[in-house]
Amino acid sequence: MNTLKDKTVLIADDDMDIITQLSLQLTKIGMKVITAETQKDAESIIEKTKPDLAIFDLMMDNRDSGFILSYKLKKKYPEVPVIIITGVTADTGMMFGLESEEQKKWIKADLYLEKGLRPEQLQMEIKKLLKI
Amino acid sequence: MATLKVLIVDDEPGIRSGIKRILSNYFVDFPFLDEEFTFELQEAGSGEDAIEIIDKNNTDIVLLDNKLPGMDGIEVLEYINKKEFDCSVMMITSYASLDLAVKATNNGAYNFVPKPFTPQELKAAMEGITKNLYLRRMTKKLNKEGKQVRFQFLSVLSHELKSPINAIEGYLRIMKDRQVGNNIDDYEVMLNRSLERISGMRTLIMDMLDLTKLESNKKALDVKKIDIVDIATLSKDTMTPMAIQKNIKIFIDSNPEHIFLLAEPEKIEIIFNNLISNAVKYNKDNGEVNCVLREENNKIKISVSDTGIGMSEEDIPKLFQEFMRIKNEKTKAISGSGLGLSILKKIVEEVFHGSISVASIPDKGTTFTIEIPKINIPL
Ligand SMILES: Nc1ncnc2c1ncn2[C@@H]1O[C@H](COP(=O)(O)OP(=O)(O)OP(=O)(O)O)[C@@H](O)[C@H]1O
Repeated sequence: MNTLKDKTVLIADDDMDIITQLSLQLTKIGMKVITAETQKDAESIIEKTKPDLAIFDLMMDNRDSGFILSYKLKKKYPEVPVIIITGVTADTGMMFGLESEEQKKWIKADLYLEKGLRPEQLQMEIKKLLKI
Repeated sequence: MATLKVLIVDDEPGIRSGIKRILSNYFVDFPFLDEEFTFELQEAGSGEDAIEIIDKNNTDIVLLDNKLPGMDGIEVLEYINKKEFDCSVMMITSYASLDLAVKATNNGAYNFVPKPFTPQELKAAMEGITKNLYLRRMTKKLNKEGKQVRFQFLSVLSHELKSPINAIEGYLRIMKDRQVGNNIDDYEVMLNRSLERISGMRTLIMDMLDLTKLESNKKALDVKKIDIVDIATLSKDTMTPMAIQKNIKIFIDSNPEHIFLLAEPEKIEIIFNNLISNAVKYNKDNGEVNCVLREENNKIKISVSDTGIGMSEEDIPKLFQEFMRIKNEKTKAISGSGLGLSILKKIVEEVFHGSISVASIPDKGTTFTIEIPKINIPL
């Protein structure tokens, strides 16, 4: 059984290797992957396409590109879940979670994950978000 | 309006009053500042008197003759340097030997003005030293307030260092789990990418070392008389292996044949290495790199042109920021730390009191031009 099949995921990250790795993992479980390497590209994709899920890197062209994209996506498609991934939080003290409703209101992402997540974990989180 | 305290140290009363006359109605202003600087003048006839005045007052600028009756100018300079007074020193001297120049520069003298000088020469020198003093004090102030800047730098740095680690770790996990099967050939691209990310990290670390050297080395200088043509040639040789792979030719054209400068060879080397390596990296196959060296009107001009991908007008102002890299289709496959040009600018402006400019046409090429004033002594 593979219920994630044919769901479209938009991945935005300025690191082409992270894109390669995420794409590999997600296409393997049957998802359709659209990718963007800059905030701008991601924005123009959002204009035209509605994904089922979005994964945004936090720091791209701007230090808060992930938040901006998340905000824009949610404005257009409030029901599409967003995951923000980043590799820097713990050691710069820029820690935040999305537990409280308060935080969700302004951060506008549904989940926040560290980079380097195992594929099974990522799959599980995605299933949860898509309520599968 | 700000007033700077200037101390004239010379044993000849005629020279002292001459300088006083020239500077009494003179002021310095800069287009980028609201402030205007005027000068309050003090005199000392000997090194001993000079030290007494400097100890008592906050002196901003010292115009220092080297040949004095008691202790000589260099000793006064050494005293100022040892006590770390926040003032700039200009040596005014009729005969400068190389030895003296080296000693003075290593002790932080800003400039040399040969005697006799015209009023115009003195005024031009005062303008330079005032600007330098102002910039130095601003930088100090910013650094003091700069915990914030520092933190920002470190958090960006940790991002830059963690990104490749994350990428490599990701590939290793994929390989460990045999995610694309058991055939090693299917992992070829991932292996190559991992190696590339490692070499990018190595460049970043090397650049970081340059940067820390710049920051920690402020006083311990190792100034020598060098021929910048030699250093350019050395740099060309270093970059040749990289150039050969893209069939790029590097040319050096110098006029005069040798251009001498008092400087730390390492710093000049960083300048050439950065400019030439960029000119090769961002070039097209079969392209050219032209390194033109000129000495005119006491200025040294270094320009490095390439026939490469160029850059757009909007990208130019951002170029010298730390970790700044232009991201587009053409630069995608080229690795770098984005630190090189920021280091270069620091060296050119802070160490050599010079300037750097860029002209570029997308798809045609880029020219970086550096101008540095030559210390005014016969070498
Ligand atoms: N000669 C050039 N032609 C076109 N673009 C250039 C040239 N030199 C620099 N650039 C652009 O400016 C950016 C910043 O250059 P810089 O030298 O600071 O960093 P880098 O080349 O990315 O890294 P490194 O310092 O490791 O060489 C580069 O990423 C590149 O996009």
